[in-house]
Amino acid sequence: MNLSRYKAEYAEYKATGQLNNSIKKWSTNGKNLLFGIFRLVIIVGISYVILSPLIGIVSSSFFSEEDVYNPMVYLLPTAPTLERYTKAILRLDYWNIMKNTLLYTVSLTLIQLVVTSMVGYGFARFDFPFKKLLFGCVVIMIVIPTHTVMLPLYMSFATFDPFGILSHFGVETNLLSSPVPMYILTLFGCGLRSGLYIYIFNQFFRGLPKEIEEAAFVDGAGPWRTYLRVMLPNAVPSIITVTVFSLVWQYNDTFYGKLFLISDDILISKSILSLQDNITNLDKILDPSISQLYVYAGIVMLILPLVIMYVLLQRHFIEGVERSGIVG
Amino acid sequence: MKKKKRLTLTQKRSLTGLTFILPWLIGFIIFYLRSLIMTVDFSFSTIEVNPQAGGYNQTFAGWENFRYAFQVHGTFKQVLTTSIGDILIDVPLIIFFSLFMALVLNRKFRGRTLVRAIFFLPVIMNSEAITAALDYSRQQLMGGLTAASAEVMEGSGGMSLDYYIDMFGSLGMPDMILEYIVGAIGRLTDIISASGVQIIIFIAALQAIAPSMYEVAKIEGATGYETFWKVTFPMVLPHIITNLVYTVVINFAESEIVTLSYSTIFSENNYGLGSAFALISTLIVCLILVIVVGFIQKRTFYYN
Repeated sequence: MNLSRYKAEYAEYKATGQLNNSIKKWSTNGKNLLFGIFRLVIIVGISYVILSPLIGIVSSSFFSEEDVYNPMVYLLPTAPTLERYTKAILRLDYWNIMKNTLLYTVSLTLIQLVVTSMVGYGFARFDFPFKKLLFGCVVIMIVIPTHTVMLPLYMSFATFDPFGILSHFGVETNLLSSPVPMYILTLFGCGLRSGLYIYIFNQFFRGLPKEIEEAAFVDGAGPWRTYLRVMLPNAVPSIITVTVFSLVWQYNDTFYGKLFLISDDILISKSILSLQDNITNLDKILDPSISQLYVYAGIVMLILPLVIMYVLLQRHFIEGVERSGIVG
Repeated sequence: MKKKKRLTLTQKRSLTGLTFILPWLIGFIIFYLRSLIMTVDFSFSTIEVNPQAGGYNQTFAGWENFRYAFQVHGTFKQVLTTSIGDILIDVPLIIFFSLFMALVLNRKFRGRTLVRAIFFLPVIMNSEAITAALDYSRQQLMGGLTAASAEVMEGSGGMSLDYYIDMFGSLGMPDMILEYIVGAIGRLTDIISASGVQIIIFIAALQAIAPSMYEVAKIEGATGYETFWKVTFPMVLPHIITNLVYTVVINFAESEIVTLSYSTIFSENNYGLGSAFALISTLIVCLILVIVVGFIQKRTFYYN
């Protein structure tokens, strides 16, 4: 009795086409669910690969001696201690060097922003002879790695004498082992990855509508005023992108630091290398499995400013890349 | 009173344009172009450095440095081939991986910002200084004392590869492909940590594709597979070029050949030979870039 009634209902259900719809609905839902699970697995897996060394470093930096020698301890120390941090900060001369590093990084980033945005704007909006060739030179700057020109750069700063002007006045200058070469290079648009930033700004300014400038021009603003008051405020996405990239890369850079023999007191990324030896020799901690914990603490302190900066700028940064010139 | 020469409006504009790019132009000529020419010049010369006076004597040597590099020098050829080989293996993997991740991360889901932040972390942490400091402390350990913290560090690679190699080998997989895949898995950590910037660029590229294109594809009845190959992929192709150039340049700058030419110049004071190393490797990488970019560019459709 019941069965025939169900059959009849089913036939009606099928006839009205409801069945097809619900099958479709279920299959798309299933697909989405599958995709969601797939994505979750991938994201969790890769996040693990990225985060696991970091988690290892952070947790080890809190280990006390008994935790190190206790094979049962994994990630969670039984007797957490801040001793690694206090000593690492002391031996790194952390606050002092960090102040210098931040000053160096931030000032270079500001110069980068001013110079590269200016050059990018010049390339984007003005026509002048050999423009294509010159822009080709910007691309060459991006493509050809710095190590091809490192020796001549080193030499030209060992005896800094552009066009023989300085030696004409009898001044002999050796700019090495100071951050001055880096400032000079950046000021003239040849700093760390300046070519890339010029490219980003150029692409972005080219994408802005010309009408804005024409309006400014009609209102009587000169090109410099237009650039400062109209174009730059509109270029915030690019500015944020370049700021983050420049801060991160400049902070992490060791190549130029090594090339120009910039002192360890200015670059924390250089002084971290001698931390373990300092700990071993000055504090007489001879067991490398203990002394490396101080290096971990130092590394945590090293990346801390960047992480803070990134967390603050993160949301703007990713939106910035999406809207800025990297994507033409 | 002196009569001013009048400029036309276009001339005025081009003059302002030149003043805008002037700082870069000066820098490029003084520091970059001159250095490039000097590097070429050095690589064709023998240079005697006298550290006391701080100067050097340069004598023209023809192809001597290049002959020495390829025929006499002990490690140059080997380092060059491994560096170039590494670039050729890593770059396609990085590009594919970052495109794939961008496709996965592009859709809206909860916690997207957090995940994107995590994926950018390697860019922050990818400092040579950190790697060098960790390498040094690992050297100090020398594997003798296995402390808990050392195990934590190496915990992420704790999978037995040999088992899988044997398994797929006995399934009759070609050795070449097998080796490539095994190599890729071995490099997984490196590849993931090298893809931060590329993923962001690809996400940006995907966001820039007009939604109307997908609507049209849907109305025409294209499947997801077809939509990817006919809409998404062609629109992303120009950015593959951008990422390719970026990845090759970064990988090259961190490769062993750079270290070799650095140490030849600054430790052995052999300026001529070191410049030749730098020049040869740069030329090879530029050649690869030109070939690959040219190959892709032919197949690229530019929307604008």
